[in-house]
Amino acid sequence: MITARGLVQTFHTGRGKNAKEVHAVEGVDLDIAEGEVVGFLGPNGAGKTTTLRMLTTLLRPTAGTATVAGYDVVAEPVQVRRSIGYVSQVGATFSGAYAGDEVVDHGMLYGMSRADAVRRGQELFERLQLDGLWKRMPRNMSGGQKRRLDVVMGLIHDPTLVFLDEPTTGLDPQARANLWQHIEGLRSTHGATVFLTTHYLDEADALADRILIIDQGRIVAADTPDNLKAQVAGDLVDLEVADAAQVAVAAERLAAIAEGVERDGRRVRGRVARAGRAVPGLLRDLEAAGVALDSIEVARPTLDDVFLTLTGRTLRDAEAGEGEKEKVA
Amino acid sequence: MSFARESTIVFRRQIRMNLRNPAWVLIGIMQPVLYLLLFGPLLEPLVGSFGVSTDNAYTFLVPGLLVQLGLFGAFFAGFGLIGEWREGVIEAERVTPANRTALLVGRLMRDVLQLSVQAVILVALGYLMGMRGPIGGIVLGIIITLIVGGACAAASNALALTTKSEDVMAPVINIVMMPVLLLSGILLPMTIGPEWLQHLSDLMPFKYIVDGVRDSFAGSFGTSSVLWGAVWAVVLAALGTWWGTATFRKENA
Repeated sequence: MITARGLVQTFHTGRGKNAKEVHAVEGVDLDIAEGEVVGFLGPNGAGKTTTLRMLTTLLRPTAGTATVAGYDVVAEPVQVRRSIGYVSQVGATFSGAYAGDEVVDHGMLYGMSRADAVRRGQELFERLQLDGLWKRMPRNMSGGQKRRLDVVMGLIHDPTLVFLDEPTTGLDPQARANLWQHIEGLRSTHGATVFLTTHYLDEADALADRILIIDQGRIVAADTPDNLKAQVAGDLVDLEVADAAQVAVAAERLAAIAEGVERDGRRVRGRVARAGRAVPGLLRDLEAAGVALDSIEVARPTLDDVFLTLTGRTLRDAEAGEGEKEKVA
Repeated sequence: MSFARESTIVFRRQIRMNLRNPAWVLIGIMQPVLYLLLFGPLLEPLVGSFGVSTDNAYTFLVPGLLVQLGLFGAFFAGFGLIGEWREGVIEAERVTPANRTALLVGRLMRDVLQLSVQAVILVALGYLMGMRGPIGGIVLGIIITLIVGGACAAASNALALTTKSEDVMAPVINIVMMPVLLLSGILLPMTIGPEWLQHLSDLMPFKYIVDGVRDSFAGSFGTSSVLWGAVWAVVLAALGTWWGTATFRKENA
């Protein structure tokens, strides 16, 4: 459904001495099959949205090729646009217009008749739990309702491939969970291929069959969430020792079964293969050595751990630190 | 799908937003109306000495204000486009198969319709103040104004989509508009100025348009200034539309 080879996007900013080349995307390859739900995960500024904009014909690639729904994004942009639905980060409607009018006009720009656009729009309003909001202005909707309206706009012409750019950013947990259900429904009831960008690990984990991790304009991993997590060596075992004087002993005992043991105040943590089996023995060891614990936590690897393993940074650090990679031209 | 249908869909969506806020049509016309009411009376004793084709102060002033309305009103059209861009409306439209030129043309149709409503209001008020002229001349003058207004609206939309910032756009418009306003003879004829100023104003296309609309209102159709005014209006419209179209069609806008 989507194939890309060596997609590159370079922006030029500033002039004269301040001229910079920003390498937003540096050679992205993609192969996405029909019916797949693919999560494009990475920190802010990693190149997610830029890649998405190239695939949706909003941005011409600096180099590389891409076909979307069988059409070349540069040579056949109109055919691409006809085949895809796009839900952008910023919305798609006038905040002061009636939701229903916006949806119908948008559908008509896809060549639908007014009657078809109304029928399809009302059907989508019902499906996305917007019933009764046809005559409501987006500015008077909740964040979740507004995002669902954006999804309706993207689906009005019944596309088989849907691009969602950070669909749940800024939503409260309940609205997020609700939108997740609808995104899952896109494939289960609609058979659509879904390509979504996110910087939420749990979102990619919950929704995607396959996750592409992008960092600094390059894809650093592409696999199922489970396979990606399996790349991280073991579960995280985190001990909180009751007496600070016993931290060294606890670290020594943990090191017998764990890798990468770290100490942090009264806390000791390390990666343990099959923690479920190893931890009871560790607890007996610690008891025999007279080490009392305030708490013990065992955590399965998360995609954040995957990101850390792949890039050497946590996703949060990556967000807080550098954005797009900049090179002075 | 036809280009006309796409333009009409965009136009309808735009005009629906305007109708929700009709106050803007009136706010846009406030400036020329204030000139008409508060500056017009000052011209009454002076207009005879201008050596222009009319000795009626309002037949002289209204055409200038009309062109000013076309220039200013249309140039501010782009500000709305920045708001649309911020709300994601432009991008959502650009990702549909609709012709990107139609996205501009639909907006220009809205701007020209708004300008024609304002023009009719201004001319009607001018008539109440004492303006007189043949109906054919007035209609021709309004048509020239609408052509110029369309050109300016296209340029304004292009500028808006290029800068995407009100903070950049406002000073640019000011820098361009002030000399245009002062050198086009909108409020006073350039012929009463010193020679160097007249030569300077000869370089200003809008001067010919103001002169053309003015002669048209005065009923002097045969003059070359009506012809030149119309020619310049069409040239500017072509340039503005070309720039606007190029910007809207640009892949990376």
